Amino acid sequence: MVTFNLLLNAVVTGILLGGFYAAVTIGITIAFGMLDIVNIAHPVFIVMGSFIAYIVNRTFGVDPILTVVMASPLFFLLGVAIFRFYYAAFESSGKGSLRGLAFFFGILFVIEVTLLLAFGVDYRLVQTSYIGPNVGFEHVDLPLRMVIPFVGSMALVSGLHIFFSHTFVGRAIMAVAQDEFALSLMAVDTVAIKQLAFGIAIATAAIAGGFLIVIQPVDPSLGREYIGRVFAICVLGGMGSITGTVIAAFLLGVVETVTSTLFGPSWAPAVSFAALLLTLAVRPSGIMGR
Amino acid sequence: MTTQKSLLEAISIGKRFGGFVALDAVDIAIWPGERVGLIGPNGSGKSTLVNCLSGATGSDTGTISFDGRAIERLPAHRRTRLGIVRTFQIPLPFTSMTVVGNLTIPLRFAARRHPEAKAAESDIEQALLILEDVGLRDKAYESSAGLTQVEMRKLELARAVAARPKLLIADETMAGLSNSEVDEIISLLFKLNDQGIAIIMIEHIMGAVMAFSQRVVVLVAGRKIADDVTDVVMRNAEVVRAYLGE
Amino acid sequence: MRRIPSWIWPVAVAVFILTLSRLVENEYYMFAGYVVLQYIVLASAWNILGGYAGYVNFGSAAFFAIGAYGTVVLDKLLEPPLVVAILFGGIVASLVGLVTAYLTLRLRGVFFAIATLALAIVLQTLVMNWEFVGGPLGFYTIRPDSIAGFPSYVNYLFVVMLVLALISVLVARAIERSFVGRGLAAIRDNELAAECCGVPTLRLKVFATMLSGGLMGMAGAPFPYYITYLDPNSAFSIAYSINSIAMPLIGGMTYWIGPVIGAVLLAVIQQVATVTISSELNLMIVGVLLISFITLAPNGIVGLFESYRQQRHRRPGT
Repeated sequence: MVTFNLLLNAVVTGILLGGFYAAVTIGITIAFGMLDIVNIAHPVFIVMGSFIAYIVNRTFGVDPILTVVMASPLFFLLGVAIFRFYYAAFESSGKGSLRGLAFFFGILFVIEVTLLLAFGVDYRLVQTSYIGPNVGFEHVDLPLRMVIPFVGSMALVSGLHIFFSHTFVGRAIMAVAQDEFALSLMAVDTVAIKQLAFGIAIATAAIAGGFLIVIQPVDPSLGREYIGRVFAICVLGGMGSITGTVIAAFLLGVVETVTSTLFGPSWAPAVSFAALLLTLAVRPSGIMGR
Repeated sequence: MTTQKSLLEAISIGKRFGGFVALDAVDIAIWPGERVGLIGPNGSGKSTLVNCLSGATGSDTGTISFDGRAIERLPAHRRTRLGIVRTFQIPLPFTSMTVVGNLTIPLRFAARRHPEAKAAESDIEQALLILEDVGLRDKAYESSAGLTQVEMRKLELARAVAARPKLLIADETMAGLSNSEVDEIISLLFKLNDQGIAIIMIEHIMGAVMAFSQRVVVLVAGRKIADDVTDVVMRNAEVVRAYLGE
Repeated sequence: MRRIPSWIWPVAVAVFILTLSRLVENEYYMFAGYVVLQYIVLASAWNILGGYAGYVNFGSAAFFAIGAYGTVVLDKLLEPPLVVAILFGGIVASLVGLVTAYLTLRLRGVFFAIATLALAIVLQTLVMNWEFVGGPLGFYTIRPDSIAGFPSYVNYLFVVMLVLALISVLVARAIERSFVGRGLAAIRDNELAAECCGVPTLRLKVFATMLSGGLMGMAGAPFPYYITYLDPNSAFSIAYSINSIAMPLIGGMTYWIGPVIGAVLLAVIQQVATVTISSELNLMIVGVLLISFITLAPNGIVGLFESYRQQRHRRPGT
C-alpha cells in the first residue's frame, strides 16, 4: 500500500541519497566534465576509500569520515601520479580517447581484484555512533547514517563550487576546461593545472568513500554499480557544471528511491542507466549544458 | 554572369550559438567557375558560414540550393558528393594512411557519382595524377602523419580535388605560410580554377585575395557588408574601417 | 608462384581443428576449446567497431546475453534447432545494436562507450526481473543427449562454435579489405574529415555496430546448452566485456588476425589460471596485460611484429 507517508519518506530519503551521489560524482565532473579524461575507474577509488575507512575503524575505532578526510591528501597525490602517467603515455600522442579509456578500464580491474584478494568478497561495515539512530520529524523518519553523509557531501560540493568560482587556482582549472589551447599560448602550464585538478578529483573519491561505507556495507565490486550512475549524473548535469551535477544527482536520487519504493529495489539499477540513455538520445548537453 | 544559372545560392543563412549570433541573414551566390574571396575580421562568421554551406553544421534559418537542388537538409557527405567540397583550416589528414591512401577515400566515396567511374585500381592512378598536380607525387607512399605544414595544406587541397568538386571552399589554406609557399598555393588554385572548379577563398592575406578573386564578399560580425568586384570592395570605406578599426 | 589468398589459412586451420575434434576423445578439450572459439568470435566482432572504426563498446556482455537469453526464450516456446536459435540471437542483437547506434552515434565516441555500458546494466536489470526466463534464479536448459553426425552434443557445440569463429574471422577480413573497411578507417582517423570526403559516417557506424552486435549475439546463442544453467550474472558477466576489449587490443586492432591472437592467448592464460590459481586472478591478469599493452605496445602483438619486421628491413640497406 502506497501511502503519502511512504512516498514522502521515499522522496526525502532520495534527496539525502542524491546529495551523497553529488559527492560521488563531483570527481567525474572534474575529470571528465572539465578535463575530458574518461576516468571510468573513479568508483573503484571510492571503494578504496571505503576500505581504508573500514580498516582504520576496525583497528583504531576512528570515525570513517574523519579517516578519509585525513587520507584525502594521499589520494590527491595518487591522482597526481596517475595523471602524470596518463599524460605521458597517452594524451600527448593524440589518439588519447580509446587508449585512455582502456587504460582506466584496466586500472579499474587491477584495483578491484587487489581489494578482492585483500579483503575477500564479504561486505564490510563500520561502527559509529550515528549508524542506527534516526532523526524524526513529523511524518518523516531520517536515518542519521544518511543525514551525516548528506551534510558532508553538501559541504564538500559547496566548498568545491566556491573553490572553482572564487579562487585563482580554481578559475585556472575552469579556464583550462574551456580553452586549453588559448591558455597554453599565454604561457600557462596547463599540464600542471590539469594534474592538480585530477588530484582533487581523486581526493574527492576518498571522501565519498567514507560517506559510502557509513550509508551502506561495501564489497570490492560495489564500484561497478556506480560507474553508470556517475556518468549518468555527469552527463545529465551538463558535463563540467557543478550546479548541474548537484541538480542531476538529486533528481536521480529521488527517482531511484521512489522507484525502489513503488516497484522494488531490483529495478533501481535500471533507473540511472535508462536515464543516461535517454539523456544521450534526447539532450546530450544535459540540464546545464552549454 | 547574371544570365547564367548560379551554382550555389544561399539565402538568408542564420546561425546562433546560445545567445551569440554567428550569422545574421547572410546571402551568398556563386556562379560556375567563379573565383570569390571571402574576407572579414576574426570572429566575423566566415568559418561558420563555410560549415553551414558544407553541412558540417546545420543552419538555423535560410535555404541553400546547389545546382538547382535544395541541400540545406542534406548531411555533409551528400553535399560533398553533389560537388561542394571544403578544406579545413587546420589540416585533418587520415594519419594512419599514406598520402595517396588519403586521396582514395574521396575518390571512392565522393567522386563515384560519375557514370564512368571505374574500379579500385585506377583510383590509385587518379590519385597519383592529382598528387602530381599539387606537387606531392614523390611523397605519395609516405605516411601522411609526417608531412610539413605546406605539404599538409597541399594534401588538404589534393584530397578536396579528389572529390571532383564543382565548388571548392579553401578555408585559410595559406595561413602561416611563407611568401613563396603562398605563391605556390595561389598558382595551384588558379590551375584548379582553369579546370572549371569554382573556388571560394577564405583568407586574411589581402595580397592573395586581391590577386586571386574576381569578386569579394565581406563579412563583419555575422553580416555581409559588401559583395562586389574586387577593386570596388577593396576601396569600400566600411570594409577598410572594419579591418583597420580592429 | 601465385600467392595463396590469405583466407585459405583460417579455413585450413578450421578444417584441421575439425579433424582433431573427431579424433580426440577427452571432452575436456571440447569444453575448453569452446571458450577459446567463443572469444575469437567476440574479439573479432568487437574489433569491427572498436579497432576498425574506433568506437569502443563496453557492453559486449549485453549482446552476448541477448543471444543466450534469446535461446532460452525460443527453447521455452518452440524448442527449435540450434541454428535457428543462433540466427534469432544474431538478429535480435543486431537490432538492439541498431537502436543504440542510431541514438548515440551522432555524439562523440566516448558517449557511445558510456551508452553501451548503460545498455548492459539496463538489459541485465530487465532480465533479472523477467520471470519468464527465470529472473535472478536462472534457467535450466536440457542439453540434448546426442545429435546425428556427431559423437556427442558437446562435440556438436564445439563444431558449431568453430564454424561461427571461422565466419566471424572471414567477415572481419572481408570488411577490412572492402571499401567499408576503408571508410571505417577514415572515420577512425578523423571522422569530420571523412564525412567531408563523402564517407557516409553515420550509416557506416550503424552498420558496423549492427554487424558487431549481431555476431556477438550469435556467439551467445549456444551458451545455454553449453553451460546448462543460465543466470543473469553468468550471461552478463563483465568478463565478456573486458575480454572483448583486451583481446583485440593485445593482439592488435588493425588486422583481423589480431583479435584471434589475442583471444587464443588470453583465453588460454585465463583457463590455465582458473584451474591452477584462482578465477579471481583472471581479471587481474587481463587488467595488468591491458594496462601494459596499452602503454607499451598500443598496436598489440601484431604491431610489435610489424615494427620488428620494419627494423630488420631497414638495417641491411641503411
